[in-house]
Amino acid sequence: MKISDRKEIVVVGNGMVGYKFCEKLVAKQGNEAFNITVFGEEPRPAYDRVQLSSYFAGADEDDLQMAPEEWYEEKGIALYTGELAVDLDRKHKTVTSQKGRTVTYDTLILATGSSAFVPPIDGVDKDGVFVYRTIEDLEAITKYAAGASKAAVIGGGLLGLEAAKSAMDLGLKTSVIEFAPRLMPRQLDEIGAGALKTALEGLDLEILLNKNTTLIGGNGTPEYLDFADGGHLEADMVIISAGIRPRDELAKKAGLEVGERGGIIVDDQLQTSDSDIYAIGESALHRGMIYGLVAPGYEMADVVVENLTGGEEKFTEFDMSTKLKLVGVDVASFGDAFGESEENSKKVIIDNKAKGVYKRINVSDDGDRLLGGMLVGDADDYNMLLQIAQNGFSLPPDPVDLIIGDRDEESGGGQKVYEFPDNSIICSCESVTKGEICDVIEEEGKEDIDSIKSCTNAGTGCSGCVPMLDDLLTQSMEARGREVRKVICEHFDYTRQELFDIIKVKEIHTFDELLDEVGQGDGCEKCKPAVASLLASAFNEHVLEERDTIQDTNDRFLANIQRGGTYSVIPRVPGGEITPDKLITIGELAKKYGLYTKITGGQRINMMGARVDQLPDIWEDLIEAGFESGHAYGKALRTVKSCVGSTWCRYGLHESVSFAIRIEERYRGLRAPHKLKGGVSGCVRECAEAQAKDFGIIATEEGWNLFVCGNGGTNPQHAKLLATDLDEETLIKYLDRFLMFYIKTAEHLNRTSTWLNKMEGGLGYLKKVVVEDSLGIGEELEIEMQQLINVYSCEWKEVVNNPELRERFTHFVNSDDVDPSVKFKDYREQPVPAPAGWKEKG
Amino acid sequence: MQAHENVKKWFKAARVEDFPKNGGACVKYRDKQIAVFNFTRRGEWFACQNMCPHKKEMALARGMIGESKGEPKVACPFHKKAFSLCSGENINGEEEPVTTYPVKVEDGYVYIGLTTD
Ligand code: SRM
Ligand SMILES: Cc1cc2nc3c(=O)[nH]c(=O)nc-3n(C[C@H](O)[C@H](O)[C@H](O)COP(=O)(O)OP(=O)(O)OC[C@H]3O[C@@H](n4cnc5c(N)ncnc54)[C@H](O)[C@@H]3O)c2cc1C
Ligand code: SF4
Ligand code: FES
Repeated sequence: MKISDRKEIVVVGNGMVGYKFCEKLVAKQGNEAFNITVFGEEPRPAYDRVQLSSYFAGADEDDLQMAPEEWYEEKGIALYTGELAVDLDRKHKTVTSQKGRTVTYDTLILATGSSAFVPPIDGVDKDGVFVYRTIEDLEAITKYAAGASKAAVIGGGLLGLEAAKSAMDLGLKTSVIEFAPRLMPRQLDEIGAGALKTALEGLDLEILLNKNTTLIGGNGTPEYLDFADGGHLEADMVIISAGIRPRDELAKKAGLEVGERGGIIVDDQLQTSDSDIYAIGESALHRGMIYGLVAPGYEMADVVVENLTGGEEKFTEFDMSTKLKLVGVDVASFGDAFGESEENSKKVIIDNKAKGVYKRINVSDDGDRLLGGMLVGDADDYNMLLQIAQNGFSLPPDPVDLIIGDRDEESGGGQKVYEFPDNSIICSCESVTKGEICDVIEEEGKEDIDSIKSCTNAGTGCSGCVPMLDDLLTQSMEARGREVRKVICEHFDYTRQELFDIIKVKEIHTFDELLDEVGQGDGCEKCKPAVASLLASAFNEHVLEERDTIQDTNDRFLANIQRGGTYSVIPRVPGGEITPDKLITIGELAKKYGLYTKITGGQRINMMGARVDQLPDIWEDLIEAGFESGHAYGKALRTVKSCVGSTWCRYGLHESVSFAIRIEERYRGLRAPHKLKGGVSGCVRECAEAQAKDFGIIATEEGWNLFVCGNGGTNPQHAKLLATDLDEETLIKYLDRFLMFYIKTAEHLNRTSTWLNKMEGGLGYLKKVVVEDSLGIGEELEIEMQQLINVYSCEWKEVVNNPELRERFTHFVNSDDVDPSVKFKDYREQPVPAPAGWKEKG
Repeated sequence: MQAHENVKKWFKAARVEDFPKNGGACVKYRDKQIAVFNFTRRGEWFACQNMCPHKKEMALARGMIGESKGEPKVACPFHKKAFSLCSGENINGEEEPVTTYPVKVEDGYVYIGLTTD
């Protein structure tokens, strides 16, 4: 096509939807038929606003970016960032930016998004009052928060709660102020909102309802808020999150029709009142509705691209299902959350106040279809329920079964994604169907999640559907009789389990030998630590002999690396029991080396801030005092937590401390696919939280109950009961089998819970293997475990006594200087890492 | 890696055996920190700045070296951003590239090539 025949497309707004429009257009047509020009007001190319809060968790600009500047260049798109479009001349079909740049369009796309709505409260213009929408807002908030102590967030909706969580994470005491009588009024009913309130208060967030803020008072910066009901609240920082206002100023000025309360009016083709101008995303007002979510915006982008490239598509209504992220309490609403779309719809409710869980689903009058619902406190069923509602799947005879949870546990079953109809939407952000994903797997032969993501775009938005993609991949391969092989990386075409067998059978003791025998290339940061862990599980030899450089940094220096490059020191304190003398030693050592001390969540003491060259000296002193490595750095047994038990406790049935120590000493140093934690409680009151551990032991009148495969962490899961009323010897026998079976068969970096979740046959099968010895490998597992236990020795002790290993613990090889970039500041009478650029006073 | 021709000065860093096999160690040159890697498996040596561009941690020398599609690389111990040991480019992200230096071994000593003196 001749350059002059190309259509000029101008996009105003380079936010999520504006970007998505460009991406979809060039994907569909290449850059042959159009010239694309984009104006973006913000100083950087479009970024993922949905994940904005992850900025506080350490994500930086690059992590959030939708595509780098080079992408636009590559695609021949002229991108002008930091340029607000200020003038739209419809007669001459031009757009002019505030820098005076004028471009001509054939078709204009307005993707101007929205801005935060700031209610006209007295004092909103003070320094220290923020909105929460852009990277700049978050930068300003972070900076201001350093000198603040109490935040007030005005608005208790989806965004307000997210902002409140961020304020709390910045260390501020935080209150949420909501005008309505309940939180998230658009997504939750009264009981649901009540459950959410209770849960958030449990996280130390103050919630004030029915509050109309009339004044943000203070001298220059906020000091307090006044409410219409006479109430008063101290706060030195304010975040306003009271709703959004569509950015329709450019459209309005040019005489396009806009809604009474804002928004550029569009029809089902997303055309504005001028047929050469389209509006998409949060600035578009469609059938009286502004969609404040990204998925409908993407759908709008898609519709316009279709229509510009000869297709015919319409944007009709769009599902507003959402799952609240980050706040620490699961909340989701989907479909028709309030059951208002049909007459006589019936609601089915679980209101479990003891667990803080509220689930409500709305079912059609005939009980055949799921209309929608809401989940608070436990949203595990969200994806499944959303699928059922969107696809009109038939319901079980008693719909309450849908939300009871933990059903069918023994068989490990549930409804299979693979059996969904092909047109069911799996990724709602990118509107990708099950059929499209299966095509990529089955026709194009893509058999890993990354390829599926890049081929279909599924899972690249909120990433909520990634677990379903994973299931779909596995189930599709199984359905075709294909073995699902999770190979380690490009250097080994084997699964972890296969490599483990090879190492044992061929008695391979080093990484290079293994690579020469069965691998290719020179290895990488994926296979090296995985093999290191396998070698350790196979032979339990010292992790540094001949293999220091294939260990993850924490294993290589036998300590966890921390901000600024110093390390932490955590000696083992079996069962959490420690003598006064040892406590004194720790105190003295921390003073001697200038370390920060803290009681850990695992019932022991962490000394932090040790320079790499200090580590061997500190450990020498510790070992001298009778301590040994706590393996806090390894994918290995960490702690076996205990409660005080029958020695002291009036309820204790048996001696939980003694048993915990016995078990911790038995398995100390045991390397596994992931870290292992245990707990022993002296009675059902469960003060050791054993049911949150990889293995948990709880005393009963008759003996001990054994629970397995629990964990806290990112996805907490309760441990499941494996066997009851065991004596100590039998329990240890089962535990040997269980742990060794896990070590031999799990994938690298799968905790026991993940391993069990993937196990065909689930808990029932595990019971058979461990308790009934159905595979006849019980004795073999016990022997293998005993061999590992026999060769245990403290790895720090060996380093301390081995001059050659000890020499590796320096910062420079050619100088005894310490790393000059390591700096500390005083913080509550202890040293902590000083931020970059920090200078000592005086 | 920069070409040897541009080298103005070879800095004698340390003995070969001071460097772990298939791993790195940090060398101090004036107030610079340079990570030097002994890639025994490939029989090659590499060097780059010790500071990771991601969070400015002085850490690359403690990173893990490896190879991807033939390209030698180092992965930062903090968040596993990986950098090519030849071009210095960030392989799995969009961090700034790291500066790389030529290395030579003579008479049991490791030398780092510097383009300024
Ligand atoms: C020190 C400690 C926090 C504290 O001050 O209390 C801690 C600190 C770290 N935890 Fe933890 N965890 C600590 C108790 C816990 C607990 C509580 C417990 O053990 O009862 C949990 C939840 C329970 C669980 O694991 O099931 C916990 C769940 C995690 C997770 C998430 C694991 C998961 O399966 O989701 C990680 C990440 C990982 O391991 O991949 C993690 C990773 C980390 C790392 C190692 C992150 C890292 O690589 O730098 C932190 C090292 C800090 C350092 O420099 O030492 N930490 N961590 C606790 C040390 C306990 C100990 O004595 O060894
Ligand atoms: C903290 C936060 C969390 C969120 N979480 C979720 C979530 O979990 N799920 C969800 O679905 N949605 C969420 N959203 C909403 C989602 O981010 C928006 O729906 C989405 O960004 C809308 O995209 P857009 O392109 O229409 O608008 P925007 O992303 O706002 O982009 C519009 C862009 O246009 C620019 N612009 C405006 N006028 C002009 C002009 N005249 N000239 C040049 N440029 C102009 C603006 O500066 C802006 O960069 C969240 C929003 C925030 C702020
Ligand atoms: S100690 Fe654990 S929870 Fe705390 S910041 Fe580190 S990894 Fe996260
Ligand atoms: S500091 Fe190196 S990867 Fe983050």
